[in-house]
Amino acid sequence: MDETPISRGFKSRRRQQDPKGRVPPGQYVTTDFPVLSAGPTPQIKVADWTLALQAGGSLAGKWSWQAFEALPQTTLKTDIHCVTKWSKLDTTWQGVTFDDLLEAAGIPEPPLPYVMVHCYGGYTTNLPVADLIGGKAMIATRYDGLPILPAHGGPARLLVPHLYFWKSAKWVQRLRFMDKDQPGFWESFGYHIYGDPWKEQRYDGD
Amino acid sequence: MTVIEAAGGTARRLPWQRASVRKIVVETPRVKSVLLHVTDWLGHRSGQHVDIRLTGEDGYQAQRSYSIASPPEDPLLALTVERVANGEVSPYLIDDLRTGDQFELRGPIGGYFVWTVADGGPLCLMAGGSGIAPLMAMLRHRERNANRAPAVLLYSSRSLEDIIYRQELDAMAEGDLGLRVVHTLTREQPIGWTGHRGRIDRALLAAICFPAAQKPKIFVCGPTPFVEDVSRFLVELGHDPLTIKTERFGPSGA
Repeated sequence: MDETPISRGFKSRRRQQDPKGRVPPGQYVTTDFPVLSAGPTPQIKVADWTLALQAGGSLAGKWSWQAFEALPQTTLKTDIHCVTKWSKLDTTWQGVTFDDLLEAAGIPEPPLPYVMVHCYGGYTTNLPVADLIGGKAMIATRYDGLPILPAHGGPARLLVPHLYFWKSAKWVQRLRFMDKDQPGFWESFGYHIYGDPWKEQRYDGD
Repeated sequence: MTVIEAAGGTARRLPWQRASVRKIVVETPRVKSVLLHVTDWLGHRSGQHVDIRLTGEDGYQAQRSYSIASPPEDPLLALTVERVANGEVSPYLIDDLRTGDQFELRGPIGGYFVWTVADGGPLCLMAGGSGIAPLMAMLRHRERNANRAPAVLLYSSRSLEDIIYRQELDAMAEGDLGLRVVHTLTREQPIGWTGHRGRIDRALLAAICFPAAQKPKIFVCGPTPFVEDVSRFLVELGHDPLTIKTERFGPSGA
């Protein structure tokens, strides 16, 4: 497109400037916590909940809610960015880091370079292992000190805050290592395979 | 459990395109439809959305997503915009946008919350407020193709004057025995209103929606609490969660 069309009279209605360097391009800050999901919210009781780690077709680890709660807990304060344009600053999560999960499973080194996250309700999303290790990601069970509500992914959701929030899969059930990157749910419907908000990788081809 | 996984595409980048406002339709006191001409629009499927980007005189930019309300058959692209209190983009679109204005747009986006006549019926559409927009694209697509897939629209509005596309829906249903349009008014009902009152509940869904045994294709769109309630009721009524596609309009969808 040659020249950007100007909308006469259109201006920012933000009461205050968004903090510099914290809001990726095309995003705006909200204090709400919008809910976006492709289907009904699964209602999962913690008594029925399990989390599995799968490598090369075999089970590398499996935790009940009770066993999972006994793993080392980490609290993370971070900004989150949804592909639908909202960002939310300084959100506080508690859970088990991916590093601690690997450790608990007795896997010193990730066996394969990619992970497919499988969720209750059928949702999937793909991630490079490099984006999960080094304290960059956790399985979160609490938001703001309270159990995560079902609509927000409770009882447990993935948290990978440096990528668009669809990568932080709700209702996580199983993490499966893969040798090649493969698209998950939204990645198969036109969304970006990686989803870096700072590069504005919203859609396939961005 | 069924795992949703499919092959990914390797598309070119969706380009920003110039959209020109050809017509603005007042739908309700708080809602307008903006009809856009987009040069080289490559088409879309009913249920998809677009991103729009406004640029102010000082260079300030804002992006938002809007569902497409027009079917692929129509020459102009329709976006139906509800004024969000304290919003940034929607008040501008409602109050200031004029015929002839231009802004940037890219799309279509999203391939899940989509229905085409080839998908068949029965079709079960549940709308809350301006959540009708992508569902209207489906009903218009069905109508333009003279498709007779059994379809029902259950549409929850605050009051009679808040019903979007009311006359068009009435006209559509009148000439089509396969389509049933059912309204419920949650806050205010006119004198003599014989339709449903209050929020959609399980009993109303059981009475209106096709039974689970008929495996209807279900689309639910509206504010988050509406979608959470309706989709939960549908699961409780025995519908397979994977047949229920949802789109939630968060409170910050300004």
